[in-house]
Amino acid sequence: MIEKGLLRINDLHVNTENKEILRSLNLTVNKGEVHVIMGPNGAGKSTLMNVIMGHPNYEVTKGSIEFDAEDITEMNTDERARKGIFLSFQTPEEVPGITVEGMLKGAKFAITGKPLKFFQFRKDMKEKLDLLHFDESYAQRYLNVGFSGGEKKKSEILQMMMLDPKLAILDEIDSGLDVDAVRNVADGINHFLNEEKSLLIITHSSKLLEYIKPDFVHVLTDGRIVKTGDASVAEEIINHGFTEYKEVVNS
Amino acid sequence: MAKKKTIVEDIDRRIYDIKNEDKFNYKSEKGLTKEIILDISRKKNEPGWMTDFRLKSLETYEAMGLPTWGPNLDALDMNNIVTYVKPDTEMKGDWSEVPDEIKDTFDKLGIPKAEHEYLAGVGAQYDSEVVYHSIKEELVKQGVIYTDMETAVREYEDIIKQYFMKLVPPNDHKFVALHGAVWSGGSFVYVPEGVQVDIPLQSYFRSNSPGAGQFEHTLIIVEKGAKLHFIEGCSAPKYNVTNLHAGCVELYVKEDASLRYSTIENWSRNMMNLNTKRATVDKNGTIEWISGSFGSKVSMLYPMSILKGEGAKSEFTGISFAGKGQVLDTGTKVVHAAPYTSSTINTKSISKGGGEAIYRGSVKVTSNAHHSQSTISCESLMLDDISRSDTIPALDIMNDEVTIGHEAKIGRISDEAIFYLMTRGISEEEAKAMIVRGFAEPIAKELPLEYAVEMNNLIKLELEGSIG
Ligand SMILES: Nc1ncnc2c1ncn2[C@@H]1O[C@H](COP(=O)(O)OP(=O)(O)O)[C@@H](O)[C@H]1O
Ligand SMILES: [Mg+2]
Repeated sequence: MIEKGLLRINDLHVNTENKEILRSLNLTVNKGEVHVIMGPNGAGKSTLMNVIMGHPNYEVTKGSIEFDAEDITEMNTDERARKGIFLSFQTPEEVPGITVEGMLKGAKFAITGKPLKFFQFRKDMKEKLDLLHFDESYAQRYLNVGFSGGEKKKSEILQMMMLDPKLAILDEIDSGLDVDAVRNVADGINHFLNEEKSLLIITHSSKLLEYIKPDFVHVLTDGRIVKTGDASVAEEIINHGFTEYKEVVNS
Repeated sequence: MAKKKTIVEDIDRRIYDIKNEDKFNYKSEKGLTKEIILDISRKKNEPGWMTDFRLKSLETYEAMGLPTWGPNLDALDMNNIVTYVKPDTEMKGDWSEVPDEIKDTFDKLGIPKAEHEYLAGVGAQYDSEVVYHSIKEELVKQGVIYTDMETAVREYEDIIKQYFMKLVPPNDHKFVALHGAVWSGGSFVYVPEGVQVDIPLQSYFRSNSPGAGQFEHTLIIVEKGAKLHFIEGCSAPKYNVTNLHAGCVELYVKEDASLRYSTIENWSRNMMNLNTKRATVDKNGTIEWISGSFGSKVSMLYPMSILKGEGAKSEFTGISFAGKGQVLDTGTKVVHAAPYTSSTINTKSISKGGGEAIYRGSVKVTSNAHHSQSTISCESLMLDDISRSDTIPALDIMNDEVTIGHEAKIGRISDEAIFYLMTRGISEEEAKAMIVRGFAEPIAKELPLEYAVEMNNLIKLELEGSIG
């Protein structure tokens, strides 16, 4: 039998405000695989990630999304998360009045459906904060409020590690980070990764890919995937840009 | 999306909605007449000056018109309000002597437990009269007085005569005049010079009788250098008739004294809450108001601080939550009447389901109050498109050497924040509740712990019906 794929996107068409952003997009991510998506600004990368998570602003006009052998195209966002999808946002929201720890406890409880073991939770969190070189006090701060760009990204990775999804989607996790922060974030991702976990990463730079080796690299332009290959595709784009692919689309 | 279709009114307000049978020892006729007032006064066995005071207040009431501003008060028909309901018991100093049904109600409201765990004294009023009062022995030894107003009128007549409705005179507005005529119950606290009452006292006002009014009077005097934290709680079960609450609170904070007055008001949605609270603060004294307004159909509540001594301070921290059918018109007034006085006003309001949350406040600085400062911050959060929120601040500054800061923010609950939390596995309902709790958090942490927990529960109850 052919591997069914953890995430399967079939002929996906997506509209927002009556404008088609994604058209006929296909993508399969199997268990244990690391996929990278590259593409010029405005290509629809973040849209794709948001649609996988079920953002209410985007309308799927055609096609389907399956996760873990279940059609999730119409599923509520929170349910998708509880099934094991995690999205690290390109620009994480600031939510006043809710601490990072408080939110994580609520989320953990929602996902596992079991009462939290507080001592264990604290211990886990401390371990992860240390690994990310993230000061413990950040767990007690309001969710992303007043965090620098880099701190927001570390906060996303902390959340990913604590919630332990099957598929983590990381939208430009490395954008705007200094070299040390990229390494911290990469350490977090590698700590999380194993043959059971899958990753879908959007990136523009090679730095993160020095630490995390992709199995597949996809090029997304104008709302569809125009090329899929191995790590060499990323290298080529970083060196030569997207011009070649734009021509492919226009021809 | 799967939507939960609970209607807010159908939500079980749990403990608040316990309705006891309308048992009473005595209940006055509906409406307001001289005879009713004489009757109340006779039942209370009051001195003649108080009877006269009541009758004079009634005249004032009859001569005055309704307020010409603020929420619509049409739901209130004074001819249908029962002004005095004497519960079927005398005041007790021991819970075991309080009739079971009444005691059960206070049990469920957590009062005896709180008394046991973190209070230095408790007063519990049921309809028009106080049914239980207690104070820790060591406070009595230090000369602290904490008792119901009726006892105070009899036993501390001189003090009461000197202070009663002097800060809030009956001609202040129509409902204060009404209060002067029919007041009943409430608490009297006297803290002698230099005495620090570190553990709070709490009075709880429970209204059980349908169509009745509650008019408790709270009078607190904190003498020079003394300190007190007083907590006031109120609730009632919901009836289909209109109830009225027109209490009056007078606080005297003397030189170097400090008073924290915390209120959680959770009247049912048939209550007209037209309450008047005022504090006067002497040199270097401090009044802190903590005010949570959740219940009632209509509230008009603007605790006022008169900073009359040099260096006097007032801090007002308030939160209100207006749900469907509620108009909560609340705020605070400050009068800076001396140099170097300061005030801080920090309010948050939440509205949903068509509820209206209005901040109405005023800061006045008199011409002699140089070097005074005031910081005002009002934030409101609307949970949907049909709710309303408004900020009506008035400033009246008669001196140039003052510093005034004012900030007002009106916002809607952020869809992106809800989505963010939902991507973490949290349900839409819980995400909203978390955001609202987060909004309220800076205020909630000022509330006594039990009330903060209760407030969070109320927010959750409110939001369970808010989706769909
Ligand atoms: N909510 C939205 N409303 C309107 N246009 C949108 C919205 N989200 C995305 N778009 C548009 O869709 C296109 C793709 O955006 P996006 O997915 O953010 O691109 P990328 O992440 O690849 O840079 C852009 O033209 C963008 O302006
Ligand atoms: Mg993007």
